[in-house]
Parts: sequence; C-alpha cells; structure tokens
Amino acid sequence: MKILVTAKRVPDPEQKVKVQGDAIDLSGMNFVVNPFDEYAVEAALRLKESSGAVDEIVVLTIGSKDVTQQLRSCLAMGADRGILVEGDDDSLDSEQTARIIKAVYERESPDLLLMGKQAVDGDNNQVAQLVAGKLDLPQACFAGQLELEGDASAITVGREIDGGMEFKKVPLPSVVTVDLRIVMPTAVKTAGSKDNQEYAEGPRYASLKGIMQAKKKKIDEISVGDLGVELEQWVKTTSVETPPSRSAGIKVESVDELVDKLQNEAKVL
Amino acid sequence: MLVKPFLDESHELFRESCTRFAEREIKPYAYEWEEAEGFPRELYFKAAKAGILGASMPEAYGGGGGDVLHGLVMTESLLRGGSSGVVAGLGSLNIALPVLLVLADEEQKQRFIPPVLRGEQIAALGVTEPGAGSDVSGLRLRARRDGDDYVLSGSKTFITSGAVADIVVTLARTGDHPHDGLTFFVVETAAKGFSASKRLKKTGWRASDTAELSYDDVRVPVRNRLGDEGSGFRAVMQTFQGERLGLAAFGHGSAEIALDEAMRYAREREAFGRPLAGHQVTRHKLAEMATEVTVAKAFNYLVARRVADGAYLPREVSMAKNFSSSVAQRVCYEAVQIFGGMGYMRETLVERLARDVRLLPIGGGTQEIMNEVISKMLPLR
Repeated sequence: MKILVTAKRVPDPEQKVKVQGDAIDLSGMNFVVNPFDEYAVEAALRLKESSGAVDEIVVLTIGSKDVTQQLRSCLAMGADRGILVEGDDDSLDSEQTARIIKAVYERESPDLLLMGKQAVDGDNNQVAQLVAGKLDLPQACFAGQLELEGDASAITVGREIDGGMEFKKVPLPSVVTVDLRIVMPTAVKTAGSKDNQEYAEGPRYASLKGIMQAKKKKIDEISVGDLGVELEQWVKTTSVETPPSRSAGIKVESVDELVDKLQNEAKVL
Repeated sequence: MLVKPFLDESHELFRESCTRFAEREIKPYAYEWEEAEGFPRELYFKAAKAGILGASMPEAYGGGGGDVLHGLVMTESLLRGGSSGVVAGLGSLNIALPVLLVLADEEQKQRFIPPVLRGEQIAALGVTEPGAGSDVSGLRLRARRDGDDYVLSGSKTFITSGAVADIVVTLARTGDHPHDGLTFFVVETAAKGFSASKRLKKTGWRASDTAELSYDDVRVPVRNRLGDEGSGFRAVMQTFQGERLGLAAFGHGSAEIALDEAMRYAREREAFGRPLAGHQVTRHKLAEMATEVTVAKAFNYLVARRVADGAYLPREVSMAKNFSSSVAQRVCYEAVQIFGGMGYMRETLVERLARDVRLLPIGGGTQEIMNEVISKMLPLR
C-alpha cells in the first residue's frame, strides 16, 4: 500500500504578520510545514508502523526550491520519498493546487491520499474536496481517528463534526483529511496495533538521525509543464487590509448590569 | 543570518526539532524545575526519543551522528526553554561520553554508551575534587589494583548530574606522576561504597543536580578501566575542546536570549511618557549588547565549524570560551538593568540568566586557565 501525503509550506503561525501595501510581506518570514499537513505525515507514519501493510509514504509539496527544506523535514520524520512540483506556492489558488495534486495522484496511483484539513495561511479548506471530486474518489474530511482494515481495502474515519464524532468506512483508494485530534495517543489504529499501543501526543520530532537519513532520500522534482496541467488563475487578490482594531472593553459592576447590557446594547439576549 | 554559511540544512532542521522540544517539554515547567532544583528523569527518555540526547555521538552507539555544530545548535535552542540547569543536566553525557570515545575499547563502548543515549542511564563526568579543580595534576582520589579489581577511595565534588547518575566516568590516581599517573574508570553508582551527597545549593543552573561524591573503597572491575593506566590526562586534554566550545555556546546563547528579552521589555515598558526604547540611553545600551552578542556568536560558529572539520584549535577554543562568557556577563547584567526592579525578581527570565552565566568563566577550565592556554601560544619568548 502506498500513501501520498501533501505538505504545504506556510509562514510560521507563531510570528506576527506584516502587511506591506496591499499584500502580506513574506520577506524575512520563517516558514514551517503547515501544522495540519504535519499531522497527516504523523498519521501516515503511525499507519505504516503498526499495520505492516504500508510500503511507502510519499510526501508532495508545491513551491520554489526553498520548499525542499520543509519536504526534508517530513522525510526526517520518517516519510520515504518526496516530490517537489516547482511553482509559485504563494499565488496558487485552491483550484490550481487541486489540479496539480490530481496530476501527481494519477502518476503515483497511491491507495490513500492523506491531507491536512486546511493550510493555516489561507484557511481555505477546499483542496482535498476538489481533488476528490476531480478524481471521483470517496472522501472523508476532518479525521480525528483512523482505523485501517487488515487487508488495507478500506479505512474507517472518525470525523470531527459538531457535537461529536461521526464514523464512516470508506473503501480505498480515497481522499482523507486530518484534524487536530489525529495526533492524540491512540487516534490511529490498524489491525496490527497492540491493545495498549500509545503514541506521544503530537507529531514526532525529526531526530538528528532521521535528518541525516533524510539527506539520502529521494526527492523528485517535477515542473507543472511535465504534469501537463493548465493553470489559469481562478481567484485574484484585489486588496488586503488588516481588520479594524477592536474598541476597548468595559467592566460591569453587577450581573444585572451585564444582563442589561447584553440585552439592550449588544442585543444578543 | 550571519552564521548561515557555517551551517547546512541538517543543522537548520535539527534547530527546529530542538526549539520545538524546548517549547513543549521545557518552557512550561522551567520556573517550577528551577525552584524545585531538579527536573524529572522522564525528560531524559523524552529527549532520547526525540533524538536530541547524544545527537553528536556516533550512530554506531545509538547517537545521531552529528558534529560539533549540531551540538552548538542544540545548546542554543534548548536554552530557549528558559532553564540553563536543564540543558546542563541533560548535557552531562556530552562531557562524560567523549572520554569513552577516546579511550574505551569496542566492548566497553557497546556496554556503556547505548543505554545512556536511550535515556535509560544517566552519565556524569567525575574529575574535580575538593582539593583540585583546574589543576588536574593535584587529583588525589586513589585507585589501587587488587586482583581483577581496582579499589577506589577519595572524593569528587561539583559533579553535574552526580546525585542522579548511574555511571560516573571517574578520573583516579593510579600512579604518583602528576599527569601520567591518572586513569579513567567507569564507576557504577550502585557499587558498594559509593555515595552521593545531597544536591549542592548553587547560584545558578539550579535545575541541574550538582553533587559531592564519596568513594569509600569502591571495587571496580578491571574491565571498567578505560585505556591503559596513565592515559587519563591525555583524554582530559582531548575532550576539553568539546566541553569548552559547549560552554562558549552557553555564553552567546544565554546572552542572545537576554538581549531578546530586554528588547521586548524596552518596547513594552513605558517611562517618562514613552517606551524605554524611545530613550536614547536604552537604545544605545541595546545596540552595544547586540554588537557583543553578534560578534561572540559569529566567532563561536567559526571556531566550531573548523573543529567540526577536524581542526585542533586549543587557542581559539579558549578564546571563544573566554570572550563568549564575558559577553554573557555584561549582556545579562545590562538586561537586568533594563528590566529594573522587575529584573531582580526570580520570576523574570533575565534574573535567572544573570545568575546562570556566572558559571561560564569558572566551569570547564577557568578564565585564568584559558588565558594561560592562550598566552602559551602567543609569541612571548
């Protein structure tokens, strides 16, 4: 079984975003792997380690040569191979990204396409759904739990929905996106998992040993042209502005006053 | 970044892992552990699992196969967790195990190193004694041969991780010659006659345990002797380079954090109607601090790069340690000054840093010893 995981490079969410003119100033920014994509890599590694059914984990990213570093960090965590599709990752919209991923999927024909539910820069939450539609594959988004069948023919996905978890069994190949809770200690199970198997919470650290090994792992570089994908821009940015600053809050003296303000000023009650 | 040319991608990736480890596993507890003067043993396991423990040790023994620069990057990033004591405690293996790498035979390396790198055992280096520190030739702890054993008697002091260690790589006297009479032994702390005092109370590095060790006729099998009798002094000289570069990294790393903290405070804190950073006296102070940190860091990286490439540079390493630790004194002192009253409070990071860096011109060879090394290599005769 082969798992294809997508990983996008995003500006470090811990940093303060600078707006320059009508665009976000990316110069001098520190970049990291989109956290949800990192969770997808972690989930893929857990599937591989406990099932014995996964032969290869391939990580795909789109971007300039600089993005190789983020790809390497996924390989250092333990993924087997990387694919870098060269392109301008800042200007791609969801449709363009989906077309590229579809083309790579067709070249690789994996059994599972595992993605973060969204990238924390654009917060679009569209690409996985678009890819599944284009490929006419089953999709299950916002996985907080995964359980792989013993014969790797299907995967049961616990989806985070309002008010709880919904479980869906989808045949493979399919498209699955992961949510935050997929990195909880017992979130990923396979037929090979031991009853008491627990992982440390969160994505694993890339150890120095892993980093050194990653140097030797293969990264295929492909151009958009090689993939035969047409990329016309669907979404155009017309302007960027910071949200208006909030006015200062007030302190109330009593519960009665609070209720009064909520009713008559905020009109939320 | 000025030091980028000295690094490759593996250093950058490793920095990310270490920084994250510090943020998640150290920072939330740093104050608590500093006040409690200790940290949980579990942290060794976590650091081992994250591939941070022994990152610079050879892969053959379970290490990460990194070089001196990986060690430097690790020290810098782990310090961001806000506890020098934790970094020193976790790092005690980085001064103990190099002795084994220099002296031990293959069987000994396989026996002692992997359990330490798995976080199952804690290793300490035992050199300093109540009567001898920098002057290693004055060591008195005796090792007397008795059949297939040696019998060790004497004491050690100021031993980092001494109270929690499972093995202490101990330098003992097997002969009367000041230098050629010294030999290293791996002493298992469970052995009869070995005891560690309670943790010594220190100015800084509080979360690390520092102990006095007592050897009361401790029997150590011959197979725990490292190298031939009399080979100890040479190994000390060979491993000092790494330890001293490590302390140099502690220096610029601590100073850099103090500078960042001081700049943040200078932007936020207002006095006389504007932020501290709005006053020229503060800005110029910060400019000087930034200059010193940048220069110390660049020199440390340069020397570490050369050492990683195989150079033996006792003069430059000594200079790096001295310069970096003196920069750390000044920068952390001024950071406290910028914080004012707040900088005198134990909850403030710069207060802790100012105490912690006082160790740097003392440990791993004092400032005076470093100057002696440097001056011997100057054309003065």
